[in-house]
Amino acid sequence: MTAPVYNFAYLDEQTKRMIRRAILKAIAIPGYQVPFASREMPMPYGWGTGGVQVTAAILGPTDTLKVIDQGSDDTTNAISIRKFFAKTAGVSTTTSTADATVIQTRHRIPEAALSEGQVLVYQVPIPEPLRFLEPRETETRRMHALSEYGLMHVKLYEDIARFGHIATSYAYPVKVNGRYVMDPSPTPKFDNPKMDNCAALQLFGAGREKRIYAIPPYTTVVSLDFEDHPFARYRHEAPCALCGADDSYLDEIVTDDRGGRMFVCSDTDYCETRQASGHRGSERAAPHKKDHAHG
Amino acid sequence: MAEQMMHDGAAPLMIAEGLGKTYGRLVACRDISFNLYSGEVLAIVGESGSGKSTLLQMLSAQLTPSAGRVSYRMRDGVTRDLASLGEAERRFLFRTDWGYVHQDPAMGLRMAVSAGANVGERLMAVGWNHYGRIRDTATSWLERVEIDTSRIDDAPRTYSGGMRQRLQIARNLVTEPRLVFMDEPTGGLDVSVQARLLDLMRSLVSELGLAAIVVTHDLAVARLLSHRIMVMKGGQVIEAGLTDQVLDDPHEGYTQLLVSSVLPG
Repeated sequence: MTAPVYNFAYLDEQTKRMIRRAILKAIAIPGYQVPFASREMPMPYGWGTGGVQVTAAILGPTDTLKVIDQGSDDTTNAISIRKFFAKTAGVSTTTSTADATVIQTRHRIPEAALSEGQVLVYQVPIPEPLRFLEPRETETRRMHALSEYGLMHVKLYEDIARFGHIATSYAYPVKVNGRYVMDPSPTPKFDNPKMDNCAALQLFGAGREKRIYAIPPYTTVVSLDFEDHPFARYRHEAPCALCGADDSYLDEIVTDDRGGRMFVCSDTDYCETRQASGHRGSERAAPHKKDHAHG
Repeated sequence: MAEQMMHDGAAPLMIAEGLGKTYGRLVACRDISFNLYSGEVLAIVGESGSGKSTLLQMLSAQLTPSAGRVSYRMRDGVTRDLASLGEAERRFLFRTDWGYVHQDPAMGLRMAVSAGANVGERLMAVGWNHYGRIRDTATSWLERVEIDTSRIDDAPRTYSGGMRQRLQIARNLVTEPRLVFMDEPTGGLDVSVQARLLDLMRSLVSELGLAAIVVTHDLAVARLLSHRIMVMKGGQVIEAGLTDQVLDDPHEGYTQLLVSSVLPG
């Protein structure tokens, strides 16, 4: 048989058209969750079925695709999705942020500034920021419709009451374009400021929940906070052990069973690019203090 | 007229005109009219199934009446038909200028978030954005409803029934509403807790100059809290007037039955 097994980028044209309509609507109403007829994909829910469908719908033959998982280009999830599109769409793939036109991501925004013409596609597990406070979907939709967002601050209030500061460190709620409160998917709150006034188009796909939402380029994205407890980024207080970067989001890697550890950039491409241009880190972070090692 | 007692020429806070609700052939409420003035407490009494709760739901715009209408004097002084309000306005009214105390506190509280956040939620909903001020206000309200302020970070599911009910009241009153609906506020509480709660509600109502509509089957609650009373039976108001007058000198046979069926204290 010589007939192609898959349509370009796996999904059939009518499905892609349906998804594109949802994307267009999402772009027109920044931060609003647009329902779409999510398809079964050849991967389990939670592995990025929403992101993959969005990517499939916007991918063209001349695009260059980059896929990252927790900032890394070489984890299972990232590699398998990259291979998936290399096989079903024949597009070229890259690990370089600057060379990519479409970047599908799970849990991180690349450190390198994105440019116009790039599209960042997020994999979203739970699109509804109000979910854990108000379990009724009918009610949360109504709250979005009427911009009743007092409840979102209840969550932040609870954090401060319990921990003394806003302890939410990922999936930190943002207000998009002064209107919709949005869950930025489980990216660390370190990445929240990168969403604001970003030159690239940001698309969010939730496969299991069948929702797509978007932040068009150059849109205001504000992290919610209190006047007396303003939003603050969080990163480990250390430079990257490999490239010495002191402005990137770090992963903590345990290196032995005696409290040894190192901090490295979670964005592998950023780290490698810096190393290639001669930056070096100091290899080892201060070991965990004994009395802190086990609570 | 008794209705003119509480006010001096001001327009009524709430006007009900010919209210009725039918479900097919079943008549839940029929032709109910009254005026409620600010600072006035109206009790609606009657046995189960007499239409009290249906009436309360219509008055609080949670249920659309089949006949008649309810008007409310908004904070800007304009009296408007509730049916003409948009959903956003209605919900805004509900969480600012109105309070609703449920019989079951679990319906009116968020059981899993702390007491402080429960009280603060309405403030945050109207745009308060300063943690310290929200917390101070919540603390002072917990004091007012006699809840130990050291329990501010505990979730109401760890509270006793009486505390939950008092917390629910604090949560409702924090935005200084002008009208509070209460649906059997003391139901399910033991007698000593009831007495304390009633005492608290009575002092809050008079301190804040609240108007309230209290649905109850407990005539003692009606007598303690309310200025006026409406007795309902079979979906209709059969007797209305000053609370003391109606309870001490009931005219209708059914009201006489109700009054005489109170156990002697």
